[in-house]
This record gives sequence, C-alpha cells and structure tokens, in this order.
Amino acid sequence: MTPFIRVQMQRIDVSAELARLTAGQTGVGGIGSFIGFVRDDPACPLQSLSLEHYPGMTEAAMTQIATEAAGRWPLLGCTLIHRVGRLVPGDDIVLVLAASPHRQAALDATGFLIDWLKTRAPFWKQERFVDGTERWVEARLADDEAASRW
Amino acid sequence: MVRVLYFAWLRERMGCAEEQLEIPPGVATVGDLAAWLRARNAKGEAAFAELSTVRAAVNQVFALPPAPFADGDEVAFFPPVTGG
Repeated sequence: MTPFIRVQMQRIDVSAELARLTAGQTGVGGIGSFIGFVRDDPACPLQSLSLEHYPGMTEAAMTQIATEAAGRWPLLGCTLIHRVGRLVPGDDIVLVLAASPHRQAALDATGFLIDWLKTRAPFWKQERFVDGTERWVEARLADDEAASRW
Repeated sequence: MVRVLYFAWLRERMGCAEEQLEIPPGVATVGDLAAWLRARNAKGEAAFAELSTVRAAVNQVFALPPAPFADGDEVAFFPPVTGG
C-alpha cells in the first residue's frame, strides 16, 4: 500500500480524493473518513486560523504515520491531506481516508490516523479573533491521551 | 555549522525562522543547544524560558533533550504540535 500524502493551501476535494483512492481497486469493502473543519466559538468569535508546518519533516511524519497504520490494519490504501495557510471558520483543514476490505479496520485505522496526525505531525495553529487578538493554539492533554490509546 | 530552525511562537520570539550557527565545544545535545541559545541573548531567553513547552527535531526526526547532534545537522525547535 502506498499512502497518498499531501500538504496544500487549497480546499480539499473529497470526491476527487475518494475517486483517487478507489481507482483500479475492486477489493475495497469500505472507506473510513474523517474531515476536520475550522470551528467558530460564539463566545470568542474567530476571524481566521493560520496553519504553519515544517516542510519536509511534515511529509515524512505523515508517511510514517500511514506506514504504522498499514502495519496494524489490512489497508488497501489511505489518504492524508492537511491544509496550511490562512483558513476561516467553516473551511476544511484535514482529510483522512482509510480503505480496507472490512469496515472495522477502515474505521479503526481512520481513528488512529487522525489521533496520531494531531500529536505527531509538525503543524501549528494560530488563531486570530474578531477583536484583533492572536493566540497560538496550545496542545491539549486530551489529544495525547487519544493518541496513546492505540 | 549547524542549521537551526524555529517554528510558531519560538520563531516569533527569536525574530527569525532559521540561522546558521557555529556551535561552541561542549554543546553536544539538543538540551545543551537549547540552554546555550537561552543564555546567548534576550531573544533566546524569551524563546527558551519555558523549556517544558519546547520540542525539538534533529534532521527532521523528533528528538528529546539528551539527543546528540553534529556539525552539518539540522536542529529545529518548536512548541508541541497542534495540527489536525
């Protein structure tokens, strides 16, 4: 299995990515998917979210995470796409797809991939609020706990 | 020479994204380098004051403070990652 890994500025075309993942495959029984979005908070209105990454290391880390998933579940393919740059509430940020002959493997691998992506790939988010203030998002203990359950 | 990279708020506090540095003898690990950068100037003091919130990589692989590095390596410092 060769994972499809990409860091990009533009919106994620989910239909095109599903077509890419299944092209020429007849053994896929199911695809697990996770799509992350920029979420607004009515109590603290968000103007934009800027995503920074470490070019080179990011792609290597994403490939390593996908390889780890392929060693744990019978995957026929997987897709990891992460956006960088300036995003606004409602924008998609990340797409994880995992294709397998069986649904449980596809769903479990998808959960694993997003949990590890959040804690092991070098991306950083900076929030800019409507009031003009900016803040780097801090890592959450809950994310580490989610990643360590696998 | 060692290529040192900074990301997110470490980049902001250091005032640059990367620099090529001549490392003095005795500075051999990631932890040594962080301590040396902190002591070097006010920007370093601001960036490395809370070492518990600083993570690192050597040649684009996550590295803990005891990890060694050598001349020609790329060492990066950054906050805990927050992608996804």
